[in-house]
Amino acid sequence: MKLGFSPEEEAFRAEAAAWLKIELEGAFADVRGLTSLTEMPERRRDWERRLGEAGWSCVGWPKAYGGRDATLAEQVIFAEEYARAGAPPRLNHIGIELAGPTILAFGTDEQKARFLPKIAKGEEIWCQGYSEPGAGSDLANVRTRAWREGDEWVIEGQKIWTSLAQFSDWIFVIARTEAGSKGPKGLSFLLVPVDQSGVTVRPIHQITGEAEFNETFFDDARTAAESILGEPGDGWTVAMGLLGFERGVSTLAQQMGFRNELDAVIAAARANGEAKNPLIRQRIAKAEIGLKLMRYGALRMLTDAEGGKLNPSALTYKIQWATWRRDLGELAMDVLGQAGETVAGHEYAFPALPNLFLYSRADTIYGGTNEIQRNIIAERALGLPREPRGDLK
Amino acid sequence: MHFAFTDEQAMIAETAKAFFAENATSARTRAAMADTGVDTLLWQAFTSELGLAGVAIPEALGGVGLGMVELAIFAEEAGRHTAALPLLASLALAAPAILAGGTDEQKARFLPRLASGELVASFAAGNTGGTPGATLSDGTLTGAALLVPHGASADIFVVAADNGVAIVERGALGLGITPLTSMDQTRPYARLDFGGVAVETLADPRAAVRAALATGWLAIAADALGGAQACLDRTVAYAQERVQFGRSIGSFQAVKHRLADMMIAIEQARSAVYWAACAIDEASDEAPFAVHAAKAFACDTYSHCAGEMIQLHGGIGFTWEHDAHLYFKRARSNASLLGTPDWHREQVAGFAGLDEAA
Repeated sequence: MKLGFSPEEEAFRAEAAAWLKIELEGAFADVRGLTSLTEMPERRRDWERRLGEAGWSCVGWPKAYGGRDATLAEQVIFAEEYARAGAPPRLNHIGIELAGPTILAFGTDEQKARFLPKIAKGEEIWCQGYSEPGAGSDLANVRTRAWREGDEWVIEGQKIWTSLAQFSDWIFVIARTEAGSKGPKGLSFLLVPVDQSGVTVRPIHQITGEAEFNETFFDDARTAAESILGEPGDGWTVAMGLLGFERGVSTLAQQMGFRNELDAVIAAARANGEAKNPLIRQRIAKAEIGLKLMRYGALRMLTDAEGGKLNPSALTYKIQWATWRRDLGELAMDVLGQAGETVAGHEYAFPALPNLFLYSRADTIYGGTNEIQRNIIAERALGLPREPRGDLK
Repeated sequence: MHFAFTDEQAMIAETAKAFFAENATSARTRAAMADTGVDTLLWQAFTSELGLAGVAIPEALGGVGLGMVELAIFAEEAGRHTAALPLLASLALAAPAILAGGTDEQKARFLPRLASGELVASFAAGNTGGTPGATLSDGTLTGAALLVPHGASADIFVVAADNGVAIVERGALGLGITPLTSMDQTRPYARLDFGGVAVETLADPRAAVRAALATGWLAIAADALGGAQACLDRTVAYAQERVQFGRSIGSFQAVKHRLADMMIAIEQARSAVYWAACAIDEASDEAPFAVHAAKAFACDTYSHCAGEMIQLHGGIGFTWEHDAHLYFKRARSNASLLGTPDWHREQVAGFAGLDEAA
């Protein structure tokens, strides 16, 4: 067991830090320190391209697909330096963390060559078409349909909570391709271009007043016959394989964002004297400890992943960070007091900490609610029996 | 960076796991509970046959010369079986105090015998375990230590007095040892009274106390981790076999979600314990933060899991016959010994920059 990094790894750190500093104090100073996912989308696209050009976009991917062949330790280091430099959240995080790794794992050589370099170069932004109005926690209850017509797939239906669809070029969709099939059987994993008349994206205004999520409608939408990952009918396997990629190195970058949020809470507590309140101190200490344990949990899980093993932390990580952040949002409001409940001006747009209090209610829902996470942990890690379904007798 | 056991550490973990599973049985532990709180056969096997008791003591002093990660592995496995051993008192508190603060002569005199198990030591901390404390004056010790773990079984005591650290031998004139009926019978306390006892002192008392507390906190956290994991494992097994309403109770979300919550906490406690162990071994700046974090988090996790173990077992979990109370009581003792979780979190708050000017 070893926590420290080697001199070679530290040299890599210096190289990454130097590059980030030049860019973020120079040409990209305007995106430095951004925290929202939706602000300045055009500049965020430029930033994706700049990262891609310089080979810093998908450092852990093979060089052949635009990556850097970075070791695990180097990926960790880059994630840390990225956040330390104040670089903005990745506009293409779904492409980098979900679509890319899934294509790497399940794609044909042609699909890899077609899609991966475009993601790595920041030229194509991706979003995820999983949830539907009737398929939330029960994700397999998908009703969006697709069928073959000539050398194309035709897609009909509706997806919901498609974050960043308004900026995306591609969406991956789970659709029912076997008429009359039920549950996880008969689904396919399709790759669909967003910019076509058959796809309509409508923003959903959320409790913060912003609109990061969308409803996405497919009405005679089309994609090429070869734009399918895995065999027709095997979509559920591909989609579930993807769940395993949701907890990669990016978690460490995400944690640096959490670090900034906790620092803001501490600064607010110092400014208004709450830092002396023993109850607040206990909660801040809990948050500090929780954040460190996320980091070391992530390092355990990444070390094991490198050796081809699944660490149990991989299954507990989502609920852990989501609950931590929701608690931090509540702590932020308790530190700010009533003053945090108003904002100057007429626009319903709150500053970072009150916004965190509101936004973090989504964290414990999207990507599998806390309750679904507990089911997954209980069934897959602890081997407990599944709850019987009510409709498949 | 490699945050997983090395092959050698994995082998030690396997050895420790098998050793405690075979030797630290419930029947043996219960026999020790009814007696002095030390399973003498287990202690002999652990120190002499296994030969790894001095895992964190240098080879030149009769130990194995490994570090905190290996010590944590043993403490975790002992905790998994609520083993009745003076592992904490002798090897994780007294030994590091002497190693860090003793003269070369003291180290050579005591540490090989602690590593071999021939000598059992305990440690009386100055400010924890209640008042009053003890004071040194002209080579004699006066006062009392109220709650000394495995105090009635120890041959020597390392006593953190107000103004120095003393080594007191069991037979010393003026030393009174009163065994206390303790809630956790696997680690019973004793009261020590010092009526002007002639003692020897350690050369560097600050280093001694610092090392004893850091190692002790880590060992308690590791014990809590092993205990919490056992609570989860045993409760999962029970939830799978216990049938009510025509289904195993483990199929009800009301039950399985609580088991999942135990695992979520335990996985974090595991990260905390081995982070702290590595941080001490690598002399990282994070070590003080890590050790307080591990003690607070792992002890809270253990208390939570041991309480859930009783609840999810229902009535059988409330009986003396079932082992749930062994865990529940050791969890309580771990939480309060050498600083409560709240106290440790307050130390963490001190590192969080809360006391700097706005």
